[in-house]
Formats: sequence, C-alpha cells, structure tokens
Amino acid sequence: MTLKEITIRNLLRRKAKAAFVLAGLVIGVSTVVGIISFVEAMTNDINHKLEKYGANILIVPKTENLTLTYGGLSLGGVSFEMAEIRESELLRVDSIKNAQNIAALGPLVLGVVHVNSRKVLMAGVDFEASEILKPWWNIRGNVPGEGEVIIGAEAARVLNLGTGDQVKIKDRVFYVSGVLQPTGSQDDQLVFTRLAAAQSIFEKSGRVSMAEVAALCKDCPIDEMVNQISDAIPGAKVMAIQQVVKGRMETLHQFKNFSYGISGVILLIGALVVLVTMMGSVRERTEEIGIFRAIGFRRLHILKIVFLEAGIVSGLAGIIGYFVGLAAAAVALNFFSESSVGSLPLNAELAAGALTVALIVGLAASAYPAFMAARMDPNQALRAL
Amino acid sequence: MNYIVAENLVKKFGNGAAKVAAVDGISFQIEAGEFIGMMGESGAGKSTLLGIMGAMNAPTSGRLIVDEIDVYSLKQEQRADFRREFLGFVFQSFHLVPYLTVIENVMLPLAVVKAGKKKKRALAEEALLQVGLQDKALRLPSQISGGEKERVAIARSIVNEPPVLLADEPTGNLDTKTSQEIMELLSKLNDHGMTIVMVTHSPECARYAGRVMRVSDGKLIEAASQTPRLFDSRREPRSGLTSHP
Repeated sequence: MTLKEITIRNLLRRKAKAAFVLAGLVIGVSTVVGIISFVEAMTNDINHKLEKYGANILIVPKTENLTLTYGGLSLGGVSFEMAEIRESELLRVDSIKNAQNIAALGPLVLGVVHVNSRKVLMAGVDFEASEILKPWWNIRGNVPGEGEVIIGAEAARVLNLGTGDQVKIKDRVFYVSGVLQPTGSQDDQLVFTRLAAAQSIFEKSGRVSMAEVAALCKDCPIDEMVNQISDAIPGAKVMAIQQVVKGRMETLHQFKNFSYGISGVILLIGALVVLVTMMGSVRERTEEIGIFRAIGFRRLHILKIVFLEAGIVSGLAGIIGYFVGLAAAAVALNFFSESSVGSLPLNAELAAGALTVALIVGLAASAYPAFMAARMDPNQALRAL
Repeated sequence: MNYIVAENLVKKFGNGAAKVAAVDGISFQIEAGEFIGMMGESGAGKSTLLGIMGAMNAPTSGRLIVDEIDVYSLKQEQRADFRREFLGFVFQSFHLVPYLTVIENVMLPLAVVKAGKKKKRALAEEALLQVGLQDKALRLPSQISGGEKERVAIARSIVNEPPVLLADEPTGNLDTKTSQEIMELLSKLNDHGMTIVMVTHSPECARYAGRVMRVSDGKLIEAASQTPRLFDSRREPRSGLTSHP
C-alpha cells in the first residue's frame, strides 16, 4: 500500500466526482486548445487572403527629389522627375531568399499622353499580375490585347470614351476594350495598356517606372522582404506599404487577443470547478484524513494524496482536452473557412502546453483544499463522527 | 520500569468564563506490558485523556513521557512519526477506510514506511493471522461483520508492532459474545508484551485489565485494583502492579 495506491483507489471509488472534475478541466483545456488551433488556422487563412489582396511592397527608382503630390493633389505641375528601373534588374527578385513568398510582381510604365486634346496619365501594366495585385478591378469589357486599352471610370467620363471606341495615342490607334468600374483610387483617372505597348509609346524599352509586389509575409517580417529586394536591386528604393501591413496585423492581433481572453475566462471557470469539487471531496474525507493522521501520516503525506489526485485527473484532462479541442477546431474550420480542412495536424508544442496548463490549473486549484486537509486536527476529525 | 508517565496533565477547552477543564491535573505511571482499563461516566474526560496519550491532543499544561520521550516537546510532524512508531489505535467506530480491502486497511500505517511491497504484505498478513482474519483479506469493510471490523482495526493498530495500544471503547458497538472475543484478543496481545490502555464503560471488559483507572470530572480518583478476568476465573491475578502514588 502506497500513497499513490490510496489515491487511485479513492479516484476509482469516487468515479462520479472524479469525472466531474475531469469534465470541468477538459472543457477548459479543450476550449483553449480549440480556440488556439482555430485562431492559428484562421489567421493563416486570413493572412493568406489578405496578402493576396493587393500590393504591399513598392519598388520605385531612387531619386533625390521629393514628391509634390499628396493624396492625389499635385502641387507643382509635375510630381517628380521620372527615373526608371531596368526590367532585367526586376528579374533579380526571383533569386532572393524569400522568393517563394512573392505572390505577384507587377511592373508599371507611366507617362503622360494626349487623348482627345487632353493630357492623361497612361500606365503600361502586366495584366496577369494585376489579377493578384488589383483583384478589386472590375472591367466592363475585356482585358486589353495588342493595340487595345482600358480606361478608368473618371477618365472615360472626361474623355467621353466607351467600350469599342478608337483613340489615337502618339500617332497610334488603339481600341477601347473595356472601361474600369469606379475603384475610388487614382486608377479611375488613368488609361491602361499592355506593358510592352506603353514601353514602345514612351520609348522606354526594357525599362519600367516602378513595380508593385504582393508579398506573403506570414513566415517572415515584411521588413526582411524589403531588405532582400533592396539588396537585389541597389538602384531602387523599396518600401513596404506600412498602412496596409500594419492594418492587417492589427486586425489579426485583436482577433487573437480576444480569443485568448475568452480562453482564459473559460480556464478560470474550469479551475473554480476543480476548487469547489476538491473542497467538497476533502470535507467528505474528514474521517479518512483523521485516520491517516492518527496512524502517523504527516501533513506532507496528506498533501501528497490530495495533489496526486488532482495531478492524475489534471493530466488526463490535459490529454483528453487536447484531442477534443483539436477535433472541435477542425469541425469549426470546416464551417468558417472557405478552404476545406479535413483535420488539423498534431502539434507537439500545443499538446505539451495543454498538458502543462491542465496540470498547473488543476494543482493550483487544489492547493487550498490540500492545505485545508493537511491542517486538519486528527483529534477533531475523528471526533466529528 | 515506568513506560508511560503522565505529570499533572491539564486540558482546558473554551474561553473566559466558559472555559472548562476536561482533564484537570492527572498524573499516573504505567509500566511496560500493563493492561490498563480506564473507566468513568460520560464526559469524565477519558477520551480526552486518551487523545493526549495518543499524541493527538496537546495538553494545556503538564507532560507526557513515553519511553523517556517527552511527547509534547516534539514538533507536530515528529508527533506523527511518534504515533506511527510507538502507538496503535483502536476506535469504537472502527474507522476503516471503506474503499480499501481488509488487508489494505491493515497495511495503511505502512503506506508511509520505507519498505518493500512484499515485506509490507507479509507484516499485514501476520497481523491478520493474529486476529484470525487471514481468510477475509480481500473483502471490503462493507462485506464483514462488526466484530470482524474491530479485528481489522486491531490488526491495523499492531501491524507496525507498536509497544503501546490505545483502545477507545473497542467493544462499544459489539454484542456480548463478540465483545468477549475482542477482549480475548486484546488479552492475548497483552500476554505477548504489548502495553494496552483501554477506555471502556463495560465492567465486564474492564475485568480483563490488570489495573483500572477511574476518571471523574477530569480527575483521576482511583488507579489501583487487581481484577480477575471475567471468563477465565482459573487465572491468577497479576502481581507487582504499581499503585497510584
């Protein structure tokens, strides 16, 4: 007969009570595990989608001049002198360390042209990359092919152009293949054509004005991506669009904090369940504890018995809670995530964390009842009957 | 040689005007191997005195010396060790642990002793043999009779081979025949050298003791008598008993 055997026999005898404590802790642990797993998976999913939703890095030529444009308002006639970046330099981006994190790279050539006697900004773009860089674009018509252009909503109104119309740009005839639905951005005022055509018009063969990059930055900070691209193209200025990045991160951060807060509350409730049940258990065992003390058990032995009981139940709760939480997260993800999730992978760190948290909560909640039991006067405990 | 010496033991309960002395200046000496019966009316202080002797109830004043150890000069945890090594307890209500089998109940005092499982089991089986319950080792307390429960309690109290056995109304819940069996058992243990102090209301049980102490209102009023055993009148009374000073 050992203290451990006494503990196990007591647990087996008081199955209902042990099950109640177990259930309280399992609910707490599984909620924490489920929320963490769910949040992690959703964060990855949301992050992936957000990162594909437009550019978050700009590559522009290095210049000594400062911009004379703010919020779309030009205050000086010309925003800045246009230097260029070589297309061949942009190819070096494919060789950076985190090249696999680049969802799309879209070079742009910008220039001013005259259309119907008006000056208008024309952009030559890679329309395939634009599908990722500008997913909000909605073209009423078709993506332009050779000799075709699309026109921003505002530009179409001002220039009085629509789908199918002809325009003459620098002695070349282009057809309007579509009109961009209003975007609320500068794009509404531009004329867009294919990159090569714009390079030809502006006589900038093999050169671009800037490039937009959509970087997936889940596993690396965006600053690192910026540094890598800067190193690859020393003649260019590479910037993260901080508002975009920080906005996304802030949203996800708040979502995570809220989830962890809920988890903490539920764990606390689980701890209270353990505390109340163990207190009741100790009170019920007044006679037993009196016997133990009368026959020569030290206070430490009584403490060991109570903590062993709590430890066994908590350990079980940690293991069961982990698997239940994981299963619950997988089920929830199938409802909330567009991407299908069959099951979540086992995470050793999370499993160890779940077990540790369960043990800490269970043992901490049992501390008061344990000390209460150990302090029992054996004389009074036996007289209590 | 005096094995147990009580010097002016006092135990008071309550506060202020409501303070009452359950034990009021009791002194006695008990030799090794004696069988002491302690009698008195309800509320006389017998159980309180037994609790003090059991190192579970510190007296308000006075000393208790067992085997030259001043019991209440020990710290609480040391008193727990003392109880385990020197004392065995038998209670009126048996106080068996309901979810442990008979043999596991007997092994309980050994749970905190450093010894191998086989040795512990052997000691428990020996104790059960002494009380005649070796065939009921695997039963639960709910599956045995009152007399058998008391035997299990006795086996538990002797498994550690303590020199002193304290029994508080061991036959209080038993019928006459069973009481006799229990008293025969205690007598047998005493014959083997165990010092026994037994609180009892029953004169029939008290006759098994070599000396009877009478307690009244917390005071020791009588501590010397030679008593023949009720069911064995052929046996000579004990000789060389120490009188109350």
